[in-house]
Amino acid sequence: MIDILLFLKSLISAPGLSAYEGPVARLIEEEWRPLVDEISASSLGSLQGLKKGHGKTPRPSIMIATHMDAIGLMVTKIDDGFIHLDEVGGIDVRILPGTPVLVHGRQELPGVIAMPPMKTLPEDAREGAIGLRHLLVDTGLLPTQVNKLVRVGDLVSFNTPPVELSSEILSGHSLDNRASVAALTICLEELKNKSHLWDVWAVATAQEEETLGGAATSAFQLNPDLAIAVDVTFAKGPGSDGWETFPLGKGPTLGWGANLHPYLYEKLKGLADKLEIPVSMDITPAHSGTDAYSIQVSREGIPTMVIGIPLRYMHTPVEVISVRDIQRAGRLLAEFISGLEMDFVSKISWEDEDAK
Amino acid sequence: MPNKTPVLGPAQFKLLEKLCNAVAVSGGENEVRTIILDQIKPYVDEIRVDALGNVLAVRKGRGARRMKVLLDAHMDEVGFMLVADEGDGLYRFKTIGGIDTRNLAGKQVLVGKERKPGVIGAKPIHLTTSDERKKPLSEEALRIDLGPESKMKVGERGTFAPNFRRIGPSVMSKSLDNRLGAAILIELLRVPHPNIDVCAAFTVQEEIGLRGAKVAAQYFEPDLAFVIDSTPANDLPMQYESENTFYNTKLGLGPAVYVANASTLDDPRLVRYFEEVAHRAGIPYQIRQPGGGGTNAGRIQRAGLGAPVVSVSVPHRYTHTAMSVARIQDWKNTLALLHVALVQVTPSILKR
Repeated sequence: MIDILLFLKSLISAPGLSAYEGPVARLIEEEWRPLVDEISASSLGSLQGLKKGHGKTPRPSIMIATHMDAIGLMVTKIDDGFIHLDEVGGIDVRILPGTPVLVHGRQELPGVIAMPPMKTLPEDAREGAIGLRHLLVDTGLLPTQVNKLVRVGDLVSFNTPPVELSSEILSGHSLDNRASVAALTICLEELKNKSHLWDVWAVATAQEEETLGGAATSAFQLNPDLAIAVDVTFAKGPGSDGWETFPLGKGPTLGWGANLHPYLYEKLKGLADKLEIPVSMDITPAHSGTDAYSIQVSREGIPTMVIGIPLRYMHTPVEVISVRDIQRAGRLLAEFISGLEMDFVSKISWEDEDAK
Repeated sequence: MPNKTPVLGPAQFKLLEKLCNAVAVSGGENEVRTIILDQIKPYVDEIRVDALGNVLAVRKGRGARRMKVLLDAHMDEVGFMLVADEGDGLYRFKTIGGIDTRNLAGKQVLVGKERKPGVIGAKPIHLTTSDERKKPLSEEALRIDLGPESKMKVGERGTFAPNFRRIGPSVMSKSLDNRLGAAILIELLRVPHPNIDVCAAFTVQEEIGLRGAKVAAQYFEPDLAFVIDSTPANDLPMQYESENTFYNTKLGLGPAVYVANASTLDDPRLVRYFEEVAHRAGIPYQIRQPGGGGTNAGRIQRAGLGAPVVSVSVPHRYTHTAMSVARIQDWKNTLALLHVALVQVTPSILKR
């Protein structure tokens, strides 16, 4: 058994911004290699592991997808040793002042995002939240050193160390979506000791936060019969207690909406109830905000589902997640896969259809 | 063989890190006080912790008719107190000391005597509107999250999580204000200044109204006083067409000698004395730009019968935030300047 907390801590300590997933992909590959039969990278850098099923060929296949890229920042300008930034992925600028970062220049340079003294800003920029174009990274180095080591276009990632809060509660940056990578890893590990008829493509996708491109191209390449994306969803927390939020540590969620196939929802819900895994219905009427959005329309269309793991403070350097929810999501996924009959796809139906 | 002049080596970096990593918010300075008592005990002749929690120590000189020189460095830092338990590990809090609340969201914190980790989160960007994101997150809207099922008593204090780092020419950490000052004062006590009685005051409650320094000065009744603090360097590039004429201090230019601030006119004789000492010893220094802000100097100057006072500070950027930046050279030169000033000080410098 892998120590999932330790693995997850290593995952969130590795950089891997959208389109630059290399460092985290290498960690995942190392962990997945013994769990799958083949592993390779897609043209966009998604990591694709194949675990062959026990059914007769030709076997149907399921793609389980989780994006491995993380949000972050990019260098836009260097002024007297201070680094200006733009965002990669959606960031609320109000969480940035005082945030430790790593500047990926000719060397990795730790630094801090600074809110500059108000008098150095144009008068109309001093009130309210300070805009991203006025925030700066200070690396503690002299301007000559910074000019030598950093260039426009270099990446800047969050550098908040992982920290355990209460029991089995982990906080850190990039838990969106490395937590789901951990869930997929748990699934693969459970499948080692289970028989499953279907081929399983475990895919750690690239570029979800910006383009959904990794999932789209992997789905096209692998052409699975079914797909389940695993991604984080909103946990209830300060300022977030609406219908779109779910209690932390009280189980994963199952997506419901146009992106997701209702038949798959019903099957997963029934299975979760049988296994006594608590789940909530995660309603996303139109766009699920996950890889499922691009996978669903790959090729001739793929029946797609999303399993969500509740996360507090999404897209901040101090995201908070429950390890138990990760384990539950991984287990639910494994049980679903091992229960797939060879003719499952032919049974997928719409409510208005006669049962096939 | 004990040192005659203060040194700044690996042991001093280690001590600064320890001091910075202590959680010691105004009114609850215990953690840093313990470190300081332990450090200075071997070097002082008298030591006491007073009614407010100040550490007051004397290292006596040898000659007759010695001057009493008060060296003040506040040891408290800004932070917060838990004020209401909202269940599920979430706590309301009230900031202590001058924190711009725009620096709170998205930060790790450490709370209570058990140093329990927590975070100050923010609502996911996906659930905010663009108008909402232009308004700062207020203290009232933020919560400290210690994790579901965590329990902590309200009334506990906490602050930004420790994050000390030495990088190239700099040190970066929370609470460089004023653990740099405390570290300097500790080193000054380790070496002899035989002509004077060094009266060291590691003071409490500076960040909430310069409270500790007042009683420390009234206890010691010094002949003169040097206040060792950390002062903001606002030396960043201008982001619109203008020149930065209000930098306060600049990193790398040496100790910042105060002339005047919102509450103090530093004693002109002592300002001149420090300038002369620096010139003679070849130690770089800068004059902190006169203007607002304040240090313990104002309190000490007018406590009891009053005393001549001057502030000498280490410049640092991003004061009262999760991470400040200071130059190692400035730390070193501040220590050196204060040491030489203490060695050379005589009653004659106070002649009018």
